[in-house]
Amino acid sequence: MSLIVETCATLALIQDRGRYGHSHLGVGPSGHVDSQAAADARRLLDLADDAALIETLGDLNLRATRAVTMAVTGAPAPIEIDGVPVAHGRILRVAAGSCVHVGRPIVGLWVVVAVAGGLHARPVLGSRSTDTLAGLGPAPLAAGQSVPVGPAPVPKPRADVPSHVTGGDVRIRIVPGPRDDRWPRGVTDLLAATWRVDPRSDRVGTRLDGPTLPPPTPLPSGTEPASEPVVRGSIQITTAGLPVVLGPDHPVTGGYPVIAVVITDDLPLLAQARPGTVVRFTLQR
Amino acid sequence: MTEGLFHEAARPRLLACGDAAVLLECASAESARAWQDALSEAPEVIDTALGATTVLLRGDPGALRQRLRATPTPPPRAIAPAADTVVIPVHYDGPDLAEVADATGLSVSEVIAAHTGQPWRVAFAGFAPGFGYLSGGDPRLTVPRRPTPRAAVPAGAVALGGGYTGIYPRPSPGGWHLIGRTDIVLWDLDRDPPALLLPGTEVRFVDRSGGVER
Repeated sequence: MSLIVETCATLALIQDRGRYGHSHLGVGPSGHVDSQAAADARRLLDLADDAALIETLGDLNLRATRAVTMAVTGAPAPIEIDGVPVAHGRILRVAAGSCVHVGRPIVGLWVVVAVAGGLHARPVLGSRSTDTLAGLGPAPLAAGQSVPVGPAPVPKPRADVPSHVTGGDVRIRIVPGPRDDRWPRGVTDLLAATWRVDPRSDRVGTRLDGPTLPPPTPLPSGTEPASEPVVRGSIQITTAGLPVVLGPDHPVTGGYPVIAVVITDDLPLLAQARPGTVVRFTLQR
Repeated sequence: MTEGLFHEAARPRLLACGDAAVLLECASAESARAWQDALSEAPEVIDTALGATTVLLRGDPGALRQRLRATPTPPPRAIAPAADTVVIPVHYDGPDLAEVADATGLSVSEVIAAHTGQPWRVAFAGFAPGFGYLSGGDPRLTVPRRPTPRAAVPAGAVALGGGYTGIYPRPSPGGWHLIGRTDIVLWDLDRDPPALLLPGTEVRFVDRSGGVER
């Protein structure tokens, strides 16, 4: 049983919860860009925590070789089965030979397409996530490709899941540090500014545009800061004085000082912020 | 560096790192390695990652703080176990070789002699799968990163930056000075482990610029 990729006009990646415990190899976590959307899909389809699914920027056509149960979550996008519109955030029965069209999202960025039984792909270091920076994991989906699907009982009925992605300005909660002390005013300037998502953002990092922050205080030794391990959500301040919030495909270590880190619950919100979206930071209470 | 007798004084500084990790800032690379070893099996620790002098601990920050308090200072550790020496033949013909010579006040042949003259050791991994930050070589080879990174550095490029040397495992952007190239495969998923250079591995560079092959 499998899904055939008929067309894929943007980016569509296979992702699971990520690849942990390999930092000594220089391998970072990767994994779901929007863990909330992934959890929604898993709940709808009774999928295991480590199930693999598709994350796409939209405009994807899939054909089922057998009858499958699917769900589309994350950024709300128009969905059709054989040309008939169906609902987002709902269990979808797809007959053998039917074609599922996932359009471009109306708001937000990433649409999650999941199948009961989960997607099969060759795991790399224990995960089927595509790390776009490291070049690890399954290749991006391409037209003509067949994606195997695991066997699955018909999922129990579940209530629809409304999307958490609503568009509009976002307010992101942060914890100052580890290197906020490199700025005499700490995170004050970061909190005061209004930022906009830069179009050059990707799964490695969300770049923000706005007023440049002053350069960090030089280290007493006068040397460049040593590279140190970073986590997803780390807000690096580049040499240009602008923030980059690290995404799932961030490298294991980074050289720019990290002024603050986004709290886990707000990562999906930032992941779904389109270029141009207004972003404001606030302290976690 | 004072080690041994007085290491009790050098407790690491615990830095906030969001709501799902903390960062330990240690007095030295040796101390960071020792703290990573001491804490990596603790039940509160989900995962660890090593930097030059820092250790990232994933887990609940409150629980990690308590665990750190309850853990006695481990003696600094210089060498990782089972560290075999890896020999890397290099063609020293990188585009930045002359620039490095200028910046260090050495001649090109002195740069090559310094790079091959003493062993390096993988301090930590990062940047890309299979990339090791190699330290402990000739201190005269300390050069800052390039002001503007290159958009494309070929696989196998041997480079210097920020007091480290390293080898690009795959084509990627890069901000270090390129002094040579090697045919050695740094990353191979069909190998276990896939990375040739692991933290603690000793590395010796050998000059193959003359076209001499083994």
